[in-house]
Amino acid sequence: MRKVKALQAAIVACGLALTGSAVAGGASAEALAYSCAGCHGTNGVSNGPASPTLAGMAKPVMVETMKGFRSGDINATIMGRIAKGYTDEEIDKIGDFFAKQTFVAAKQDSDSAMAAKGAKLHEKYCEKCHSEGGDAKIAAEDEVGALKGQWKPYLHYTLEDFHNGKREMPKKMKKKLEKLHKAEGEPGIKALLEYYAAAK
Amino acid sequence: MSKFTRRNFLKATGGAAVAATALTASPFAIGGASKKVVVVGGGMGGATCAKYIRMMDPSVEVTLVEANKDYYTCFMSNEVLSGYRSIDSIKFGYTGLGKHGVKVMHDMVTGIDADKKMVTTAGGQKLSYDRCVVAPGVDFKYDMIEGYDAKVAESIPHAWKAGAQTVTLRKQLEAMKDGGTVVICPPVNPFRCPPGPYERASQIAMYLKKEKPKSKIIIADPKPKFSKMGLFTEGWTKHYGYKGNGQAGGMIEWYGTPEGADDNVIQEIDASTKTVTTGFAEYKADVLNVIPPQKAGKIAFAAGLTNDKGWCPVNGKTFESTIHKNIHVIGDSSIASPLPKSGYAASSEAKVAAAAIVAMLSGGDAPHPTFVNTCYSVIAGGDGISVAMVYGYDEKAGKITKIKGSGGLTPGRDKQDEAMRAREVEYAHSWFENITADTFG
Repeated sequence: MRKVKALQAAIVACGLALTGSAVAGGASAEALAYSCAGCHGTNGVSNGPASPTLAGMAKPVMVETMKGFRSGDINATIMGRIAKGYTDEEIDKIGDFFAKQTFVAAKQDSDSAMAAKGAKLHEKYCEKCHSEGGDAKIAAEDEVGALKGQWKPYLHYTLEDFHNGKREMPKKMKKKLEKLHKAEGEPGIKALLEYYAAAK
Repeated sequence: MSKFTRRNFLKATGGAAVAATALTASPFAIGGASKKVVVVGGGMGGATCAKYIRMMDPSVEVTLVEANKDYYTCFMSNEVLSGYRSIDSIKFGYTGLGKHGVKVMHDMVTGIDADKKMVTTAGGQKLSYDRCVVAPGVDFKYDMIEGYDAKVAESIPHAWKAGAQTVTLRKQLEAMKDGGTVVICPPVNPFRCPPGPYERASQIAMYLKKEKPKSKIIIADPKPKFSKMGLFTEGWTKHYGYKGNGQAGGMIEWYGTPEGADDNVIQEIDASTKTVTTGFAEYKADVLNVIPPQKAGKIAFAAGLTNDKGWCPVNGKTFESTIHKNIHVIGDSSIASPLPKSGYAASSEAKVAAAAIVAMLSGGDAPHPTFVNTCYSVIAGGDGISVAMVYGYDEKAGKITKIKGSGGLTPGRDKQDEAMRAREVEYAHSWFENITADTFG
């Protein structure tokens, strides 16, 4: 008797699961995320140099960024066109997938003198929100972007866009970034990038 | 608290959940007796499919049969022609696939018996399979051009499969005198890499402008239009003095053919004088690059997987052949329209096929597919363009569909900051690093 009930329960669960899947629009998180690998690397670990690593990114960061690309609020080349291909539910699934992957620091060159200067600038202007040099694991917990070990050209483009008003940022960040630009100019930004690139 | 193993899972749910799991779109199999997949061809489609089957279900035995020890990517081979990169930078081996547990066999597949589920090779191997993946890329219709065949192609290269012919064509460009004429003859549709011939013209022009500025490039095209046409011709005007269809005077001259006409449909080539005769004109070249009309790879014909047009019809959800059961055809050989015949599309198809195969091997249904294509072309230093699209699948119509509102081309120069074009070049090269690592790494 109990066995029969268990089986019935399983069948009901099966029916519900099916409905859920149909409503969600079909494609699994894996299937959606695998499509990204050609530009962002297998499981989102990018071989660089300009496309960022997505592995380990906090889901809210991914969702906000994808929606920003989709609406055109975030400056983009190809990502604006690609993000328009996904529903909110699909973007959620993509966010779930990459949040579960392990971040791997990019293997890239770094100028040690500039990195040393960058470390100080980071401490002064960025550390408050991007703790421990923008460490990826902590960034994921704090739901901010990873900096340490992320690809240099990508961070450079992103900082350029923030600075030029082509990408929105929190008020606090805007103030800090403006101060940094005023005090240090482009060499300051370059030093920061070398610091983030120094992480192995 | 006991571990949630497969056995306990089956016990607890009386087996009903097996079907549920497969149906709820998980691409991962639950397991079962060891199943065998044989992948024929180690290009973008085949290598990606082999790797991803193993990633999705390590219990599946995957054997990849590929004749060559190394693979040279077609994409970015135009940058070898311009001298921007070396031939070695587009060369990839198969040791990476070995790390995923793919058995790589360097041999030539000569036959596939769909009834016996058996692949035979030139080396005398007989490989049985539960499911077979056929990814042979394209072959050439040499018989449509008098005076051209595989042998002539060694000296008058098509270079539409990268490798030795890419090197030959580069050497010919290097040896050409300043003031020489390069003639490129693109094929009729459909063919591998639709923007490829036009990126090739751009890359060769980039080299000539710097090293041999009195030279010119003639594109004798059998078509009235081509991929990314507006962006290419605008870029040619800016960088290489292009004057318009049929107009001389710039470094690049493009001669199109009205729909249905045969103006620049290639009829014959004279290899000794490097002269091309088309339906309407004759072009004499110093360096001649003829890209012949194309069809599915040879093994697709031998295995009876092709239709009367020479391509392989497949189910768009699983990429299983609609002619032979248990054989999946992916990449350039398959009819996957509206997906183009591109490396990224082949990779995307490979992952969809892999998920379908893994599900079907354990008795489930294929999950709902999703595809992406992204394709970059570099017109000049700091001037890159792209086309992208997201694709889904219409279950009712049984067709691959473009997701409305997604995709499209790089905006025109009038609508976008010039710095974005430089970013696109960087993204093109990042694309290359990542797609090759995703395939062979």
